[in-house]
Amino acid sequence: MDIHEYQAKELLKRFGVNVPRGGIAYSPEQAVYRCSELSGDKWVVKAQIHSGARGKAGGVRICATEEEVADAATWMLGRKLVTHQTGPQGKLVSRLYIEEATSIAQEIYLAFVMDRKLERVVVVASAQGGMEIEEISEKEPESIIRSVVDPAVGMQAFQAREIAFSLGLDAALINQAVKTITGCYRLMEETDANMVEINPLVVTSSGEIVALDAKLSFDDNALFRHPGISELRDKSQEDPRETYAEDRGLNYIGLEGRIGCIVNGAGLAMATLDMIKQAGGEPANFLDVGGGASPERVLMSFKAVLNDKNVEAILVNIFAGINRCDWIAEGVIRAVRELELTMPLVVRLSGTNVEEGRKLLADSGLNIITADTLAEAADKVVEAWKAARDA
Amino acid sequence: MSIIIDKNSKVLVTGLTGRIGSFHAEEMREYGTNVVGGVTPGKGGTTHNGLPVFNTVKGAVAETGADLVIAFVPPPFAADSIMEAADAGIRTCVCIADGIPAQDMIKVKRYMRRYKSENRMRLIGPNCAGIITPGEAFAGLMPPHIYLPGRVGIIGRSGTLGYEAASQMKERGIGVSSSIGIGGDPINGSSFKDILELFEADPETDAVVMVGEIGGPQEAEAAEYIRDHMTKPVAAYIAGLSAPKGRRMGHAGAIVSAFGESAQEKVEILGEAGVTIVPTPSSFGPTVEKMLAA
Repeated sequence: MDIHEYQAKELLKRFGVNVPRGGIAYSPEQAVYRCSELSGDKWVVKAQIHSGARGKAGGVRICATEEEVADAATWMLGRKLVTHQTGPQGKLVSRLYIEEATSIAQEIYLAFVMDRKLERVVVVASAQGGMEIEEISEKEPESIIRSVVDPAVGMQAFQAREIAFSLGLDAALINQAVKTITGCYRLMEETDANMVEINPLVVTSSGEIVALDAKLSFDDNALFRHPGISELRDKSQEDPRETYAEDRGLNYIGLEGRIGCIVNGAGLAMATLDMIKQAGGEPANFLDVGGGASPERVLMSFKAVLNDKNVEAILVNIFAGINRCDWIAEGVIRAVRELELTMPLVVRLSGTNVEEGRKLLADSGLNIITADTLAEAADKVVEAWKAARDA
Repeated sequence: MSIIIDKNSKVLVTGLTGRIGSFHAEEMREYGTNVVGGVTPGKGGTTHNGLPVFNTVKGAVAETGADLVIAFVPPPFAADSIMEAADAGIRTCVCIADGIPAQDMIKVKRYMRRYKSENRMRLIGPNCAGIITPGEAFAGLMPPHIYLPGRVGIIGRSGTLGYEAASQMKERGIGVSSSIGIGGDPINGSSFKDILELFEADPETDAVVMVGEIGGPQEAEAAEYIRDHMTKPVAAYIAGLSAPKGRRMGHAGAIVSAFGESAQEKVEILGEAGVTIVPTPSSFGPTVEKMLAA
């Protein structure tokens, strides 16, 4: 789960990391009011969306007058910002963060990530802050500093000192840097974050170390023990198709194609998308109904798939281990009747109780195309979809 | 014959008295698996479906001599359950739970390093369908009848896709020595390479089928091992050719976040190491048949 920059900064502050003073605004008037609250003569208006690279999309503006702040706020609010991370549909700006401007002497990149090879948290830092890490690895690979944290004891002060000195920080700043680096690690550990990225972490002209931007991402599997973090979820930043499915406990990912998919098991679901593509179609979604799917759950999956108005045909592919084909068939039949489904539907059943399942489908009298193998199912759904489209 | 599990394995079920643990324990026994008991804290001294229930894994090991644990414990408590098994001297723990926090797994992996490698428990999973030696025993969720006993090993991250491979092989009369589900989590107990080593050393396995997917470094690591050490032929399928970058495809670990983690790159890396590529999830059967005939 991702959160907004202002929420990330609030958390960082709690763990002893300096952040600029700022306040949230939902309207241009509120934005101007925040300026008077902050005082000073320069402010930054920042669009709060779940994406990096907001600056290039016009989502970060430095303003010297209250009129400029009002103008920037008016432009940003209600707009969908498109960055290389949001996809072409962009993300809606519904809140702004107004910050005091910071005078920057040095920019640093600092991130904490899970390394799957080492199975540890790794700190990645570079004195070339401000650029994205991909760009740094390409242009200044020798500037990248790495440090591995032993989970038994956590991040040690000496590791933070080594990073700080390697970054070339002034001796007078080392203690502040250690406090910042160890604070970020404690945040990562105590909140089950997957990633903490501060880019840039800056040294101000008055010699303070401040997190100017912050990106936090949390482990969905650990949210059960962090109710305070779960509350930070902002559904307006999600694909509405995914929000609908997730709220109903379904594992769904929205894609761009026309063929809806209902599959059991993540691997088989991925493979089914591959097969549809191979057969000349484009999948509209990934959906794993999970193990032990009841007829109700199957019906719900149909609703989630049909919630995407681009869907023109549906493929159900089940290899039942803990699932039961007869339950799946029952769910399919209910879905076709209750949702008055008219688009082409291909069902492939295999595994536990497959005979009962196939019989239910055959006896239903409904217009359901069946298939025995995955390849046959993919071919049939693409063929039926094309035929329906051209009809 | 086979690796990790056989008819002599003494299987202990943690979470035996729960709905899921209870159901699968019965399926396992029906197949012939030697299930010796279960663990549910607070229910020690009782019996469940005729099996003795213990409060602790140590207590169960002392009474039954159990050497393999299958954990049907919910994700929030699974890490604790794995470490308990490791500390009780269990040889292999199969963990089914889908949804263990990544930091819990980091701790589990660190904890297991306390034991010398010869005393260290082998962890299979989490987020896996389990392990089976067809005709002998299984510990997991799989429908065991889709596996024909034979001489090809299967290693897979995905449960259902592993079923797909096994049933396509069965249709062509190709049997399985053992099938090991290593799970779809970003941090797991045993890697492809760990299991490949066991199949390479197993005299009753002639070839191996790998079922991989996008995300993580383990397929590339396996490719290196295959190129340098494997004498038996290996076939591999990688799911997720059409997966968009940066999206988590169901499995917590199925996300491309670094070079070499996309399906295309993995296929290329494995191909270069001499692995026979299974081009589509429908061609496990013919590809393996052709590889065995070569």
